[in-house]
Amino acid sequence: MASKPRLLTVLDIVTALLMAAAIYMVFIFAPMERVMGAVQKVFYFHVAAGWAGMLGFFVAFVAGIVYLITKQSRWDRVELAGVEIGLVFMFICIVTGSIWARPIWNTWWTWDPRLTTATIMELAYAAYMMLRSGIEDPERRARFGAVYSIVAFISVPLTFFSIRIFRTIHPVVIGSNDPTAQGTFNMTPAMGQTFAFSLIAFSFLFAALLWHRIRLGKLQEDVERLKLQLQS
Amino acid sequence: MRTAVTRPAGTPFVRSMLAVVWKDLAAEWRSKEILSSMLVFALLVILIFNFALELDASARREATAGILWVTLAFAGTLGLNRSMAVEKDRGCLDGLLLAPVDRTAIYFGKSIANWLFMLSVALIVLPVYSILYNVNLFNPGLLMVILLGSEGYVAIGTLLSSMAVQTRMRDILLPILLFPVIIPVVLASVKASYGYLQGSAMTDIQPWITLLVASDLIFTAVAFMVFDYVVEE
Repeated sequence: MASKPRLLTVLDIVTALLMAAAIYMVFIFAPMERVMGAVQKVFYFHVAAGWAGMLGFFVAFVAGIVYLITKQSRWDRVELAGVEIGLVFMFICIVTGSIWARPIWNTWWTWDPRLTTATIMELAYAAYMMLRSGIEDPERRARFGAVYSIVAFISVPLTFFSIRIFRTIHPVVIGSNDPTAQGTFNMTPAMGQTFAFSLIAFSFLFAALLWHRIRLGKLQEDVERLKLQLQS
Repeated sequence: MRTAVTRPAGTPFVRSMLAVVWKDLAAEWRSKEILSSMLVFALLVILIFNFALELDASARREATAGILWVTLAFAGTLGLNRSMAVEKDRGCLDGLLLAPVDRTAIYFGKSIANWLFMLSVALIVLPVYSILYNVNLFNPGLLMVILLGSEGYVAIGTLLSSMAVQTRMRDILLPILLFPVIIPVVLASVKASYGYLQGSAMTDIQPWITLLVASDLIFTAVAFMVFDYVVEE
């Protein structure tokens, strides 16, 4: 059984340091937003978690395509890792968004395109996990998983556009500003630096988790094989 | 068997596709299993909506498009499940796959058959709904939306149902797999139907029709590309 690669240990340490620094920057370094106050600080990790979640689903989509072409089980492990991590981060994104929305929009939830799309995406990938759990044959499980991860990822932008045709109130902090959005603000340089840093820290966290999950999948497979060898 | 079927013209692909459609329609004509269950179910859903929503005249105007599509979507999963489960249970799917034809021809054949089932359900549900609730649903725009919406629905539904029947949970799994990814089609269909029933301006309906056609094309293309991987053993 392979021992933990040295590079992974390095990545773990770097990620831990980056996350600690990101937390410091969010709470101490970044200035307090004048109108919204402390709750605005949710923004840094909210967007970063959403980013990591999308990254996870995108990784699963690409791994699904590569699996269907190459039929190598390692791509199936990458795909499963991507979906699992994406589910967790997307959930964090939705929950932190709700915490922010309560004081700013005066409601926990509203049927805004981004909120709705994020929820539907979460449900689609929950369905993916159910699909996998319903199939015993590993080869077929991998094939069906790959097909569904492709279909689910392609329907996400369509869902977004379909709900987007209604007007949105979700703030767009980066890029163009919609005057109808509620709770938007302008970033000071310190806020921008904190935001960029959180994105980087979460990207590292994502990479570290992905690697660990892929490695775990490999170990799981090895254990299964050893068990079968013992029985026979 | 061959003597009974007049050989349809066209390329081998079209011929084998039409053969699958023909097989499904003939089987359905004899058993009437799928259509009858879809129909009874659809009518029951409409009845339940009547009690659940207290449909007075103004509520009816607002809710008709939504009720229609929920009914069609629910009845649709029933039909999709049944049409694939029949193939699987009696070992017909293996027979179909052993046939020396392009597998996408099988996919399109099954899809067209499912599409026809859904359209026939709509064809009966529309007049019944019109009579029961005293709204005129025979609107060319609405009929076109039903045509387009059910196409997108069966395109992805046929793919997912052929996956669902090969799993342990089978019938339960299809709606769970299908509904999160089919939302663009259902939403655009509901909004476009609503627009036509309200007599809205074409500029209000146009974006939904565009989205519906785009979704249909994308879903059909994706299902066509990956279907091979779902049935290969």
